[in-house]
Amino acid sequence: MKEWVVIRPRGGRVSLRIDPRAVVVFAVLALVSFAGVVANVGVGEYPIPPLDIVLALFGVESGDANYGFIVNVLRLPRALVAVLVGAALAVSGTILQGLTKNDLAAPDIVGINAGAGLAAVTLIVAFPSVSAAYLPPAAFCGAIVVAVTLYVLAWRGSSSPTRLILIGVGLSAVATALTTFMITFGEIYQVSQALVWLTGSVYGRSWEQIFILLPWLVVFMPLAFLRFRHLNALNLGDEVATGLGSRVELERGLLVLASVALAASAVATAGTIAFVGLMAPHIARRLVGPAHGGLLPVSAMTGGTMVVLADLVGRTLFAPVEIPCGIVTAVIGAPFFLYLLYKTRKT
Amino acid sequence: MRVLRSRTALLFGLLVAAGLLFVCLLASVRFGAARIGTWDVISAFIDYGGSEDDLIIRTLRVPRALVAALVGASLAVAGAVIQGVTRNPLSDPGILGIEAGAALAVVASVFILGASSLTTYALFAFVGAAAAAVVVYGLGTLGGVMTPMTLVVAGAALASLLSSLTTAVLIFNQRTLEEIRFWLAGSVAGRDLELLIQVLPYLSVGLLLAFALGRQITALTLGEDVATGLGQRTAWVRFLSIATVVLLAGGAVAVAGPIGFVGLVVPHVAHFFVGVDYRWILPYSALLGAVLLVSADIAARLVLRPQELPVGIMTALVGAPFFIYLARQRVKG
Repeated sequence: MKEWVVIRPRGGRVSLRIDPRAVVVFAVLALVSFAGVVANVGVGEYPIPPLDIVLALFGVESGDANYGFIVNVLRLPRALVAVLVGAALAVSGTILQGLTKNDLAAPDIVGINAGAGLAAVTLIVAFPSVSAAYLPPAAFCGAIVVAVTLYVLAWRGSSSPTRLILIGVGLSAVATALTTFMITFGEIYQVSQALVWLTGSVYGRSWEQIFILLPWLVVFMPLAFLRFRHLNALNLGDEVATGLGSRVELERGLLVLASVALAASAVATAGTIAFVGLMAPHIARRLVGPAHGGLLPVSAMTGGTMVVLADLVGRTLFAPVEIPCGIVTAVIGAPFFLYLLYKTRKT
Repeated sequence: MRVLRSRTALLFGLLVAAGLLFVCLLASVRFGAARIGTWDVISAFIDYGGSEDDLIIRTLRVPRALVAALVGASLAVAGAVIQGVTRNPLSDPGILGIEAGAALAVVASVFILGASSLTTYALFAFVGAAAAAVVVYGLGTLGGVMTPMTLVVAGAALASLLSSLTTAVLIFNQRTLEEIRFWLAGSVAGRDLELLIQVLPYLSVGLLLAFALGRQITALTLGEDVATGLGQRTAWVRFLSIATVVLLAGGAVAVAGPIGFVGLVVPHVAHFFVGVDYRWILPYSALLGAVLLVSADIAARLVLRPQELPVGIMTALVGAPFFIYLARQRVKG
């Protein structure tokens, strides 16, 4: 049995039960991702020593007057976007895997990414004159349209996790076919641009994008975290969840909503970064076990760390050529995925 | 559920399907970007004069129609075999990531080795398809049967992984992208007889093997235990089935690029007509698959005339909704 720390105010009706291990893991991951952010900010045409970065982050003047500007205006947003997007994808994946009891479920395969991708590629290829600022809202709409269609189609008197996944695979195929159409007939230069977007990259993101992304995370992350108890129950099956007093359809609807909103806002900001939503929950489960109370935040931190480190690798490996961080995560994802497939087979 | 009840009806149905295929092939030769009259089509065969129209008919349209028919038949039979052996109504070579494997191999060959002919593409497509098939299908069947859900999700995840790697390669090289993008969408345009003859051995061996396995696959669909009880060496049958799928799907993708959903839809149609016996499902699938792809190819040529749509997009737009329909119907809980 795990050691739990329980905080319960005298006479209070609310108690907080905390797994100390999750707290420690979370703190360690937070440190690692902070280190990742600092390293990411330091690397570039104009290298900055780590200490100066930390000083600049806290607004302290140091060795070079330019540091503050470079760190806070030019480079920090990119690193922060990486962390936020990774966290959003990871939480989205954790929810989907919890709901469907399927280790391989992730926003990548239920069509949310494909819908966002289709919308973005259509915009880039068919309307090249439209400003790039419209890309995130378009991608977001694409993801939401697919998600709503998915839920409507999967609904037959009640929702079913299995149907959700399978129909998601089908919708993903439709969106991918239309994307292929765009790629086949578009101007080659625009198609190239669209592909970079499709792979997922945090290149050139600014504070503006962070302020658009942040509200979604602020609303839906806590929504997911607070419903962890219901996610635990639903993970045991609909009957058990009903028996434990969860309003199954309502809770599942809310959790799916949170998952979709997080994935959609992440994809809208940084494109379809592959496999973070699949891998991060598994790594987090290894670290803190399957109870979603600790799993969701740890998974978020894992995802953030993964993307920021992937971006670091992508920027430094073949510098000055930059590899989009989506490629790095895909390459790391390959062996991991085969391992998962192997494990799924055995059980 | 089966429409054709007696053996005579089944044989007659097969004849009708063959007739339908013949009509489709003729239509495929008749319609296209260049408008050629019916009479000119006939004269290209009986009275070859070497005119431009004759050339178009003989060197472009006839090979193309034959390629479409053969690829359609192979994909459909491959799909039927997978569906039977995995007892999973929702699988086909596209959904399980086999075609994505072929695509990645071809893109890599263009990028790394500078491959530029359809023949080279074919070779690499074959290798890639085989590798992906062994991974997903082998994992799905060798160590106990996966549930349909697990297998489909595994395949979908594999496909999405492979295609993100494909995109990664394409980003770095615009030339590769330019060369390969039409192939990647799946198309039978511009395939000549030479290419067809190269893969013909694989496809015909695959088809024969599949037809020969009909009885064994029927037994397997009743469950591992029943098949073993009937005296079948199931591991051996499964192995031969994997080999069949690799030959058929690999060969088909090698010629035409990744064309999805033919293998998913057609076996269900065949099942509707002939019931559960794979000795009939497989030949019906072959003929109906050929009919489907040839007519999809005709449609792909006509909708955007004079541009043409890659037939792979056409089949996905028809097939994916069918997949969704199946998932809605079959998955209860």
